[in-house]
Amino acid sequence: MDVRPGYFDEMYGDGSALRAPYRQYEEWFAREDPRRLLKKSADAEALFRRTGITFNVYGSEEGDERLIPFDIVPRIIAAREWARLERGIEQRVRAINAFLHDIYHRQEILRAGRIPKEVIADNDAFLPEMIGFTPPGGVYTHIVGIDLVRTDDNDFYVLEDNARTPSGVSYMLENRETMLQMFPELFTRSRVRPVSEYPRDLRSSLAATAPVRTSGRPLVAVLTPGIHNSAYFEHAFLADQMGAELVEGHDLSVVDGRIAMRTTEGPEPIDVLYRRVDDDYLDPLTFNPSSLLGVPGVMDVYRSGGITIANAPGTGIADDKAVYSYMPEIIDFYTGEKPLLQNVPTWRCSEPDSLAYVLDHLSELVVKEVHGSGGYGMLVGPAASKREISRFTRKLKASPANYIAQPTLALSTVPILTRNGLAPRHVDLRPFALVSPNTIRITPGGLTRVAMKRGSLVVNSSQGGGTKDTWVMED
Amino acid sequence: MQLSIAHTTTYRYASPVRSGLQELRLRPRNGANQTVASWELTLEGAEHQLSFDDHYGNRVDLVSLTPGTTEIQVRAQGVVDTLDTAGVAARHVGHTPMWFYLRSTERTEVGRGVRGFCEQVQTEDDDVNRLHALSGAIRDGVAYRPGESHVASTAEEAIEVGAGVCQDHAHVFIAAARHLGHPARYVSGYLLMGNTVEQDATHAWAEAWIDGLGWVGFDVSNGISPDERYVRVATGLDYRAAAPIRGVTYGAGDESLEVELQVQVGTGGQQ
Repeated sequence: MDVRPGYFDEMYGDGSALRAPYRQYEEWFAREDPRRLLKKSADAEALFRRTGITFNVYGSEEGDERLIPFDIVPRIIAAREWARLERGIEQRVRAINAFLHDIYHRQEILRAGRIPKEVIADNDAFLPEMIGFTPPGGVYTHIVGIDLVRTDDNDFYVLEDNARTPSGVSYMLENRETMLQMFPELFTRSRVRPVSEYPRDLRSSLAATAPVRTSGRPLVAVLTPGIHNSAYFEHAFLADQMGAELVEGHDLSVVDGRIAMRTTEGPEPIDVLYRRVDDDYLDPLTFNPSSLLGVPGVMDVYRSGGITIANAPGTGIADDKAVYSYMPEIIDFYTGEKPLLQNVPTWRCSEPDSLAYVLDHLSELVVKEVHGSGGYGMLVGPAASKREISRFTRKLKASPANYIAQPTLALSTVPILTRNGLAPRHVDLRPFALVSPNTIRITPGGLTRVAMKRGSLVVNSSQGGGTKDTWVMED
Repeated sequence: MQLSIAHTTTYRYASPVRSGLQELRLRPRNGANQTVASWELTLEGAEHQLSFDDHYGNRVDLVSLTPGTTEIQVRAQGVVDTLDTAGVAARHVGHTPMWFYLRSTERTEVGRGVRGFCEQVQTEDDDVNRLHALSGAIRDGVAYRPGESHVASTAEEAIEVGAGVCQDHAHVFIAAARHLGHPARYVSGYLLMGNTVEQDATHAWAEAWIDGLGWVGFDVSNGISPDERYVRVATGLDYRAAAPIRGVTYGAGDESLEVELQVQVGTGGQQ
């Protein structure tokens, strides 16, 4: 396979030699009949379609269901590499939780002048209702998905911290399940660390943050916006896998000061609500009064100590893109350590000098909306046409504080299987961290997203990206 | 001064309620200007669910409407001992930062009208004098006249009409004070007025933060700073945040509201 010049390939490095973590896999691959593998690849697709893993694409006309492409070549991470990532993620997640507690209490980091007050004061992601309130167990972000990219043998960057309701973990689990079914022999040759503990860990980690008054086994429920949500499959899947109830807003109501679920034996109070509904829609009494997805009164029950909401409302202030640029400060301030994982250098367009630089270098930069996600509303300079750039220039000038800009990173590639054999495609990685009062558990693996189009650096599934199984090797 | 208060709110619904929740901000708390001797909430057609302190430091009671009911009654009553603190209500408690009280809300958005009041008082160089001048200017520019505004009126709308009630006065003051750089908030509470026991409605005024003094009250409608005739009940960024009763009701059709309020000196027969 030819690697893309100028880009690090995780299987072949700069193209001169096979990298160690892929040795066993390559031996196996070399002996396989490519036609059999292509056939398997088609089987995998059929399997996913049968299981029902599809997702709705936002912005597409009919909101039609689409299958996320799956590639059968695993993304392989050596034990030593993973150990480093794990430490870096843990440090970051600890810092994020300390930051959230501080920002909703004494705001020492603002008093110390390490973050300008305006970054928080003018930010819609800051939720006043959380001021002075400490969530059960002191945990704000029960589940965090940290998006990483790799640029060479040694360098990983954090692209963003997903601290609200990170999705994608069902792909991590299903991708592995599929690989185990299709290529069991691979897993006897290679010692790949399992990811199957995730649902159990998720449950025990959520249960460990149940309100103090809970007696017996805590009742955990997954709150979904419903079947029309793009991640509904994942909500149902996780509820099933961890033995939790799957509920919608209209199944719940306030009973005896708690949030109770309707059952045939009468209302049953919920201890931990793993909600996959955004803050704004969570409670029409406190937030958006027109929301039909939420549970009226849940914020009041929460603030009186009657339920745990995971993740806590208001965690968006920690993964906001404007706040992201201060992550090195945040880590240093709360842990007293240097960040183990690098931040991508970020220009804040709210600052006049930065804006001037960004406008001059649009064709080299990636510009993102501060509050956007999913790859919507962003400009990838090197791939943009002149017209797109001039259109974006106008948007930028109109509301500079709405944007940040970053250099286009030389994202690493991992081969995918094509009709013509292996071909390099760009990838990122979203590992998942589970936070309970005393521990942070990071599942060895994660979601590898891959840009299926040759040369594309956009891996988002909404933009045609696919996924791969992610292997973390035993020592 | 000892004030005895009985405040009854009755909602009547056109059809039986399917379900509903009301947040009550009806519990005065102890502070520099007041000590609560006794206080009680009683409910009809609704059940108490829980209580908590919100981010303003208000004690909130959540009640659920009894399904099938066509009328609910919320009665708050008790005795409060008050002091005249020359309008200085309190030091700041809790974690809510001062910058938060500079945020504008839908009801306190700044437009031409609010900016006009700010310009009138800009020459005052002392904070206290400037805010008193502001209060006076608003009282001159927006007449106290019930019936001209409604609960959702904004500061700018009240200025446009040139009339409003205490709620509108407070909103205009808050919007202008914030525009001038003073953190400000809305206060809902009770006022002993004139010689009558029966009051038309609960009262509202504003508080602004003045460095060195703390939260200082300004009752635009009466042209004074609160004294011992005032009882503070709840605060917030605006009426919506501090409202005595706020909620959601499902399946109740049209609702009508009746408020009965008595404020008198002494225990008023209450223990």
